[in-house]
Amino acid sequence: MDNALWAFGRMSGVVSLVLFSVAVILGILNRSGRPLFAIPRFSMTLLHRNVSLLATVFLVFHIVALMLDSYAKLNVIDVFVPFLGGFKPFWQGLGTVAFDLVLAVVATGLLRHRLGQRSFRAIHWLSYAMWPIALGHAIGNGTDGTSKWFVVLAAGSLAAVGAAVAWRLSANFLETAKARQGGLS
Amino acid sequence: MTEILHIDWTRCDGRGLCTELLPTVLVRDDWGYPLALQATNGNRSNPAISPGNIEAAREAVHLCPKLALSLVPEQAKPRQ
Ligand code: HEM
Ligand code: SF4
Repeated sequence: MDNALWAFGRMSGVVSLVLFSVAVILGILNRSGRPLFAIPRFSMTLLHRNVSLLATVFLVFHIVALMLDSYAKLNVIDVFVPFLGGFKPFWQGLGTVAFDLVLAVVATGLLRHRLGQRSFRAIHWLSYAMWPIALGHAIGNGTDGTSKWFVVLAAGSLAAVGAAVAWRLSANFLETAKARQGGLS
Repeated sequence: MTEILHIDWTRCDGRGLCTELLPTVLVRDDWGYPLALQATNGNRSNPAISPGNIEAAREAVHLCPKLALSLVPEQAKPRQ
């Protein structure tokens, strides 16, 4: 039973990380205003939201499994307050920071209409901080953090998210960029 | 009661979700901004929404990435 919890806790963390990578990439695609292949823009927003929620569910599985596990023995304080853990407090603390950021980003995302655009956007920027912090936590804290398959997965995710961020920062990022630069033909 | 889809131009960024959801009501101009296909009272910013389009209009209000849309009853004339 204990071994199963331990394995489940680790795997759900990996699944969550992959889903958060997809969530960031979908968020960026959303922001570009482009539909993806045949998926219309309004479905893209819903997809971004749902993948984010699914990633959060796996993150909760990850945390709860490691709270119940007799080896990791996370307690409620470790879950919310970073850097106090008994085992690798720095790397575990990064996980706690990432979780706190996820809670803020998801809660404000769901309450967007009540909060207004300004507060929503201000908090939503934190998602760009959250992702690398979560990746650092996975590499530094994880039992598998430096095993070959995980390093390959981490490098792949970094390349994908990195490419999306580079595209985000490029001049022709917005669907309407050309027209608005006066390039109407 | 007819409702009016009010587009707040100070917020809209022409992302085109509303034009996808309401293809019979809105078209996109060259810069991506939505424009009513048919003017309502000579106004192409505040189209009237027929009952058949109400659900789609609510979706658009909910999903607009800039929170630029609102549905208002026809009598309460929105600002132009
Ligand atoms: C249920 C929760 C969420 C909702 C409702 C939501 C909603 C949105 C919306 C509406 C946008 C578009 C903003 C715009 O176009 O101006 C957006 C963008 C974005 N979202 Fe989310 N989101 C959620 C969770 C997340 C999470 C958990 C992450 C991080 C893993 C994330 C990462 C992003 C990113 C990176 C962008 C692009 C921001 C930019 O560069 O402007 N979102 N989200
Ligand atoms: S969905 Fe919102 S931002 Fe996009 S074009 Fe319509 S009103 Fe403008």
